[in-house]
Amino acid sequence: MIHLTIDHQPVCVEEGTTILEAARKANISIPTLCYHEDQQVKAVCRICVVEVEGMAQLPTACSTPAAEGMVVHTASPKVLKARKNILSLIFARHPQNCLACQKSGQCELQKVAQDVGIYKPATFDLELRATPDDNSSPSVRRNHQKCILCMRCVDVCEKIQGLHVMDKENRGFHSIVTTPYGKKLVDTNCVNCGQCIQACPTGALTIQDDRENIYHEMEKGKVLVVQVAPSVRVNLAEALGEAPGTVSTGRLVTALKRLGFRYVFDSDFSADLTIMEEGTELLRRLKGEGPLPMITSCCPAWVKYCETYAPDYTKHLSTAKSPQQMFGALIKTCFAEKEKVDPESICSVSIMPCTAKKFECKRPELADSGYQDVDYALTVQELARLIQTAGICFADLPDTPFDDPFGLGSGAGLIFGATGGVMEAALRTVHTVVTGRPMEKLEYLPVRGFEGIKSAEVDLDGTVVKVAVAHGLKNAKLLLDEIKAGKSEYHFIEIMACPGGCIGGGGNAPRTWKKVEARKKAIYEAEKELPVRQSHENPAIKWIYDNYLGEPNSHLAHKLLHTTYRNRQDLLR
Amino acid sequence: MSQEQYSYKTPESLLVEVADIAAPYRDRPEMLMKVITRVQKIVPAFSEEVARVIAREMDITLTQVYSFVTFYAMLSVKPRGKYIIRMCKSAPCHVRGAREVVKAVEDQLGISMGETTPDGRFTLEYCPCLGLCDSSPALMINDRAYGNLNPQSARDLIKRYIREDVE
Amino acid sequence: MMEELHVLLKNRDVIDPTSAQAYVDAGGYQGLRRALSLSPKEIIEEVRRSGLRGRGGAGFPTYRKMEFTSQAEDPVRYIVCNADEGEPGTNKDRILLSTDPCAVFEGMAIAARSVDAHVGFIYLRAEYSYLMPILEAALKSSKELGYIGKDILGSGFDFEIKFRSGAGAYVCGEETALFESIEGKRGEPRFRPPFPSIRGLFGKPTMLNNVETLANLPHILKNGAEWYRSIGTENSPGTKLFTVCGNVNRRGIFEFPMGINLKELIYDVCGGVPDGRQLLAVQTGGTSGAIINADQIDMTLDIDSVSASGGRLGCGTILVIDDSNCVVDIVLNNLDFFREESCGKCTPCREGGTQLYNLVRRISEGHGTVQDLENIESLAWTLRTTSLCGLGHSTAVPVLTSIQNFRDAYLRHIDKDFCPVCAQEGGHRK
Repeated sequence: MIHLTIDHQPVCVEEGTTILEAARKANISIPTLCYHEDQQVKAVCRICVVEVEGMAQLPTACSTPAAEGMVVHTASPKVLKARKNILSLIFARHPQNCLACQKSGQCELQKVAQDVGIYKPATFDLELRATPDDNSSPSVRRNHQKCILCMRCVDVCEKIQGLHVMDKENRGFHSIVTTPYGKKLVDTNCVNCGQCIQACPTGALTIQDDRENIYHEMEKGKVLVVQVAPSVRVNLAEALGEAPGTVSTGRLVTALKRLGFRYVFDSDFSADLTIMEEGTELLRRLKGEGPLPMITSCCPAWVKYCETYAPDYTKHLSTAKSPQQMFGALIKTCFAEKEKVDPESICSVSIMPCTAKKFECKRPELADSGYQDVDYALTVQELARLIQTAGICFADLPDTPFDDPFGLGSGAGLIFGATGGVMEAALRTVHTVVTGRPMEKLEYLPVRGFEGIKSAEVDLDGTVVKVAVAHGLKNAKLLLDEIKAGKSEYHFIEIMACPGGCIGGGGNAPRTWKKVEARKKAIYEAEKELPVRQSHENPAIKWIYDNYLGEPNSHLAHKLLHTTYRNRQDLLR
Repeated sequence: MSQEQYSYKTPESLLVEVADIAAPYRDRPEMLMKVITRVQKIVPAFSEEVARVIAREMDITLTQVYSFVTFYAMLSVKPRGKYIIRMCKSAPCHVRGAREVVKAVEDQLGISMGETTPDGRFTLEYCPCLGLCDSSPALMINDRAYGNLNPQSARDLIKRYIREDVE
Repeated sequence: MMEELHVLLKNRDVIDPTSAQAYVDAGGYQGLRRALSLSPKEIIEEVRRSGLRGRGGAGFPTYRKMEFTSQAEDPVRYIVCNADEGEPGTNKDRILLSTDPCAVFEGMAIAARSVDAHVGFIYLRAEYSYLMPILEAALKSSKELGYIGKDILGSGFDFEIKFRSGAGAYVCGEETALFESIEGKRGEPRFRPPFPSIRGLFGKPTMLNNVETLANLPHILKNGAEWYRSIGTENSPGTKLFTVCGNVNRRGIFEFPMGINLKELIYDVCGGVPDGRQLLAVQTGGTSGAIINADQIDMTLDIDSVSASGGRLGCGTILVIDDSNCVVDIVLNNLDFFREESCGKCTPCREGGTQLYNLVRRISEGHGTVQDLENIESLAWTLRTTSLCGLGHSTAVPVLTSIQNFRDAYLRHIDKDFCPVCAQEGGHRK
């Protein structure tokens, strides 16, 4: 153990602890910008400098290990003077219109400015970068002027997702973080996962905001039908300031109703539908109809990744649409017929933890209802802002159940929100279909948790099915490489682009692993409480096959619930 | 930078040569500098096609090649002239009249620092210290160093290059 | 007049630099021969007793780098020779590499032996690419004679040397930025700790030294620490290469024992300021060095004395500036250099370098105020104390020392007195 003094307090920490961590242990918060608790230390913003007695320089707290006998001052006049100067330098390159910024109120730079106290901003010449904004992507907006070059987005894109869409261009004062050769994001290998937005401390990277479009549709008198993704119920309250992992299913429905959504449905239902279709497809492939391993296709970022990096292997993707798109196709067909609503007058909205869903719902082939199946995908963050704008006191809302007929989902559908969830849900149903009895214990632990790649073997009365689960595209690449090399031993693989799965998605409140852990816990807890925990037992699922679709993989099911993939290799050429 | 600024296209035949240079260094990302400096000898610019070929052959990302190239002053994503004139403006040259030499060269070629002559033969660039401080003011033309210049001798030197009166 | 003492330069223009045999005939590779007969510990002890300090800028005791690296846990270690001589006003390394490259190889081999490294890199700046043929020929020749390569002189010790080149970035002279560059990345420095002797090139313990430092090692090993200590001063033994440039009659590279007098160097050795001009200022240690005025030049040139003056001896550059120049203009020139060469990784240097330039330019153009001067000092202090690497720290040195030593010049510009130099650059006229 190491003993040091921070701001006159004795602190005792383990060897290898940084000054920043040691200070936090002593309840001293040192301001940071480039520091992110899930990422490698960068020590580039220099805002966390502290004074260490005996050192001529002011070292950065984030990168300097605590040493025996160290005497640290985290807020001495010297430190404050340096911090103010550094902050003034950042502000001299940053637009001064915080009120009009999407990140306002959530911006880490704003927070640091308040904490450090900048009251003399005009010391230096204001010089904004001339690089134009990039709004080409359906998911991510880029504003170079607001970038403070903390490199957090580059870190996650390169090291976690293995994509490296952006990095620094030029050097010195002219450095910017951007795509190669001035490309628009839409022309790059970006898969729209939004993890860069999660990492960005300022308004430089933000969600492509569709809120205005919703108001427009309302004005036009459209019938607003909304579906809510499984993970949203454990993420929304957090985005509105409550503790991570707060489940708010009932309040969420109430809020959506008050916002003017006529029908509020649960994507857990279409997740169950996905299990029925995908599970049936898996069983057919296991019998030799189609290549193995079969890989899940729920995650639009993963699908785009596969289309870009391995277009010859998209045949391994399940042809089943994602739950969002299955639902979309049914709303403008089955639901419209049943409720006698003109599909033309329906505005189909989804609430998603995901920015890539915005890309997915715009895919031209996803219009099997005769209309664009889903009109807008709103992220958790956008819904939170809609709720704020409408003045709805979310914390005090009463509960409301989802609407019929698509308001009923099983626990299997709910756990889609966490990595391994689709696999676990599929195994529950496949087990019953093959063996005629449910799994002894429904909780299938080998596919749960945050290990990068999880694998297991499931014995279905003699038929051994080998499965693997990956989250984060760098892990996905490893499994994909095995398939490319013809060495994959798996039958069924689940892949989610975002680390942790949808609960760690790019459309949520800014993530840390601690928060995602809390969300995961919440989703599994909530699942245990549900009366129906297997997809094929969901009465709504039975109803839709009996009354509309016929049976899984039927002709109509194929028309509405399955899709095709394309080759996007050009994005790499 | 906007996309239009990268309009330069590299001929196919050169791309084949680029691939030959890069291919032996697959899975050796640390050799990027060596590949880049060799490629630079045969291409007028690190256009997107060139960068893509290097990235593909070395199995690294395009972004990495681009980010690398834009960092180093002697590498360029835009085409430069046959003769790159690097003029030193560091203090040892500055105090001995580098400014006047720069003006003389600019006048002689009819371009400003950072520009390339319309015929694509000369590019003028500032360069930090060339390490020729005992014979300042100095400049380099491609791999050759010239020192102890004054406006007149600089003009004479450039004249020789204009006439291709050099080995 | 002071006599030059040629230790490092003794082979200059005397032998064929590409011939290892010529180097051996002139007494070369004897230091390595002795080093091979010693244990690593004994080599480090010899270097410790010699008192050799780094010649790249910081003046860090060389034996301590050896010690740290040799004690590192990881058995794979590297030697790196920093030949990215980018400090404006410096070309001593170019002279050493072009006239006596085998001495540098020998130094690297000795260093390698002391830390048990088997691969060494020479990182040569792109502006010196024309030296590559000489270096390659000299290395080939040395390998043929068995001084570099496998089983050197039958000792069982292997040491390879590889060449790497830069592509135009001053910051790559910073050791960790140099590592990044060798690793095929942007030359951006890393934060420390961990120090290179623990985690350096490719994450392995690495000892990086300047060309001149390495060139000293053969002489120390060959002639012994006592001999080395007999040259120079107590705290800075040995000789030093000085690059004298700027407005001075005799320019060039000179080798003198440490501790010579700056005034004598400028006036006696180099013949003073030409054209009947007066001395205005001297900048020691290159662009990142202190700017001192004509009254301050009666000083001793060794590592500690120069540090005491607020600057550093650094690479031994002496830039002589006559009174046809203006100090504010020189500082502006220095800042222009730093803002162009900042890698852009850390905020103070990336943004502060340009803002310092803007503030000083405002003064040089006659738009400055006394408040600006205060802001300059405060910002320069911030760069000096909070930047990630030496480049940011150095940016502040000419600014702070010139304000200290030439405050009047700044005030004259603030008072809008006519300055013929700054007026040329679009400056003010009263």
